[in-house]
Amino acid sequence: MDNAIATVQEHGADLHAAHEHVALPQHRHHFETEEQQREAGSFGMWLFLLTEIMFFGGMFFAYLLYRNWYYPAFAVASNQLSVPLGAANTAILITSGFCMALGVWASEVQKKGFLVLMLVLTTLFGLAFLGVKTVEYHEKWEKHHIPGASFNISEFTNPAGFGLKEEPLAPDMAQKTQVFFFLYFAMTGMHALHMIIGIGLLFWLTHRAHRGDFTAGYVAPIENFGLYWHFVDIVWLFLFPLLYLINRHPLH
Amino acid sequence: MSSTSTIVSLPDQSTAKMPKRHYINNEHGLLSWLLTGDHKRIAILYLISITFFFFIGGAFAGLIRLELLTPQPDLVAADTYNKFFTMHGIIMIFLFLVPSVPATLGNFLIPIMLGAKDLAFPKINLLSWYLYLIGGTLTLAALVLGGVDTGWTFTTPLSTHYLNTHVITAASAIFVAGFSSIFTGLNFIVTIHRMRCPGMTWFRMPLFVWSHYAASLLMVLGTPVLAIALVLVLLERLIGIGVFDPTKGGDPLLFQHLFWFYSHPAVYIMILPGMGVISEVISTFSRKRVFGYTAVAFSSVAIALFGFFVWEHHMFIMGVSNYSALVFSLLTMLVAVPSAIKIFNWAFTLYKGSITFETPMLYAFGFMGLFTIGGLTGVFLGSLGMDIHLTETYFIVAHFHFVMVGGMLMAFLAGVHFWWPKMTGRMYPESLSKLAAVTTFIGFNLTFLPQFILGYLGMPRRYHAYPPEFQVLNVLSTAGATVLGVGYMLPLLYLGWSLKYGAIAGNNPWQATGLEWQIQSPPLTENFLETPIVEHEAYDYDWLANKTRNEVTTVG
Repeated sequence: MDNAIATVQEHGADLHAAHEHVALPQHRHHFETEEQQREAGSFGMWLFLLTEIMFFGGMFFAYLLYRNWYYPAFAVASNQLSVPLGAANTAILITSGFCMALGVWASEVQKKGFLVLMLVLTTLFGLAFLGVKTVEYHEKWEKHHIPGASFNISEFTNPAGFGLKEEPLAPDMAQKTQVFFFLYFAMTGMHALHMIIGIGLLFWLTHRAHRGDFTAGYVAPIENFGLYWHFVDIVWLFLFPLLYLINRHPLH
Repeated sequence: MSSTSTIVSLPDQSTAKMPKRHYINNEHGLLSWLLTGDHKRIAILYLISITFFFFIGGAFAGLIRLELLTPQPDLVAADTYNKFFTMHGIIMIFLFLVPSVPATLGNFLIPIMLGAKDLAFPKINLLSWYLYLIGGTLTLAALVLGGVDTGWTFTTPLSTHYLNTHVITAASAIFVAGFSSIFTGLNFIVTIHRMRCPGMTWFRMPLFVWSHYAASLLMVLGTPVLAIALVLVLLERLIGIGVFDPTKGGDPLLFQHLFWFYSHPAVYIMILPGMGVISEVISTFSRKRVFGYTAVAFSSVAIALFGFFVWEHHMFIMGVSNYSALVFSLLTMLVAVPSAIKIFNWAFTLYKGSITFETPMLYAFGFMGLFTIGGLTGVFLGSLGMDIHLTETYFIVAHFHFVMVGGMLMAFLAGVHFWWPKMTGRMYPESLSKLAAVTTFIGFNLTFLPQFILGYLGMPRRYHAYPPEFQVLNVLSTAGATVLGVGYMLPLLYLGWSLKYGAIAGNNPWQATGLEWQIQSPPLTENFLETPIVEHEAYDYDWLANKTRNEVTTVG
């Protein structure tokens, strides 16, 4: 062997002796140690979430721009959204995230039954969130607030006629409420898509957790999915105030 | 002096033998390639697929130049011509330039340069190749179904309202190919952070790795913004949401902001890995440490950072505010600084080096000259007054072809020739490859130098006909493109030939210092028999001289 490329065989042996843990079947050959594998996995997940931030960032940027341009339209259109439903959904999603966090803990302390229970609860709360969202979308459908050919601006040009205490908007500004609803559907829709993908993954993780894959020292998938799920929660925590709350008391 | 002379004399390759076991013959059968997790095999898969798309994109370039041979629109109709340049742009940018060096050479070399067995996520690496293939297939589908004529920029409202071509197919192709690039970047960043072997500190890493790190940051941060911009275009076309539609209160300029927020950094995604190749090649063939290693390393990161704050210079004539144009013009000039740092440091690396003129070095010299011209004309375009005259003319076409083709493609070919012995274990015919390098350089200049003049005289880009007084320069350009085509066909032929008939290369035919040259070629599937420990910095030729001296006595 040459002078620079020496061996770490002895090194590696020391390391293993020091930690004295059983090699996991999930350990991949190209990682030196399991710590390295776990760290690489979670680092990769954080980076992926960074790309997600940039992805949603494009829409948040569009929201910022149009909210500045069409402030009156955004104010009244935002008042159309139901704060109780939005708040309930926020509570549901936070509970779901809490269950997920408990699930990560359960996986770390190797409690299989509790882990499966927590994953099931996470899934159920996630589905409940989507259920409430469906109710909200359905209401928009009935009121013709889905952007497109059948979009109806009469509630914004003549709020008194619908029993609303809003200032009536001029027809051209009232049309701009469509922009709010584009963004509402694009942003919450993209968020819901992430939830649906997450729930799909949860089914798979629950199945594997039931098999006992994640309660024998191998927690990386649960941990990384937890990061993803919390990220989806956090996106909602920005969407809720921006879409539902920020215009409740418009400046006059 | 004596140590220098021993390094310059390259090892006798007649005694070199092909290793019995290596990554190519480790497993057999098509499936062992299609389901592989080995970064080296995935790199080869990428190399084959990007070469395929390069020649399709090149064919469109040929058709464009053929149409422009005469002032009259005689070869194709206007809309067909639009489809030609759109396809040329989409294929060359998203399916060739963006993945060219990172996905092939980067994929192959980064784990080896870091002393690792593989990238951090081999399955995601394979997934990114499949995503690339899906993107490529969708692009071909758009082509076969009747083409798309938005230009590669998908500018709204043209792309959303006024065209009935296959915008949806093409945009989904780019969306999918974008995720391929995100996953490659993500894999590289995690690998560089977490998979370095003992002793491989950040400042012992080869500059190739540094430049890939910077490019990966751009891929990870920029590409998602392109993805969302394309999703919004797709939604606008499919269900008529109006985020970019002025009749519904949307702003078409918003699309441009989002698009160029990716697509300007994307040019650095394309060029940075090429700069990494040039650092390795220049150092190896001058037998000198890269001058100002730290400066070159940080200039990559600086380019990545500044690259995110210059996108508006693509929109100076599109009604953005004068004040922001002023700021973006200034920032654009600033990007020239780290690029110049690189060029000057390479020049100083050459200074008093023991320079030899092997093929990769010829390509690297081509890169330095052409990239400098491309970069300096970029400063012309970054200054507000000049930009109004020159933008949307052939000047801009010549500018970005100097950077992308003269720069990046030269760097890609330099890299392919430099690491070909490592990847395949065989040498190519040196005199033929030198001929190809020179042909490419001549052909390139003949093609694109006349376009600077055409653009300055006012010939607009993206038209299939032009006034007769521009014909001479256009004929020159088309003639150059023919020479260039020959220059690109040659490597395909002799590199293919060398796979079977080339001389056996041996471990280190160039006497380079990189970790990848200290292992057998082609490498083992696991790269290293034992995890290496690095005790010297990159480009340490004294270390190599010592090592070689010892080898001579022991191997005998």
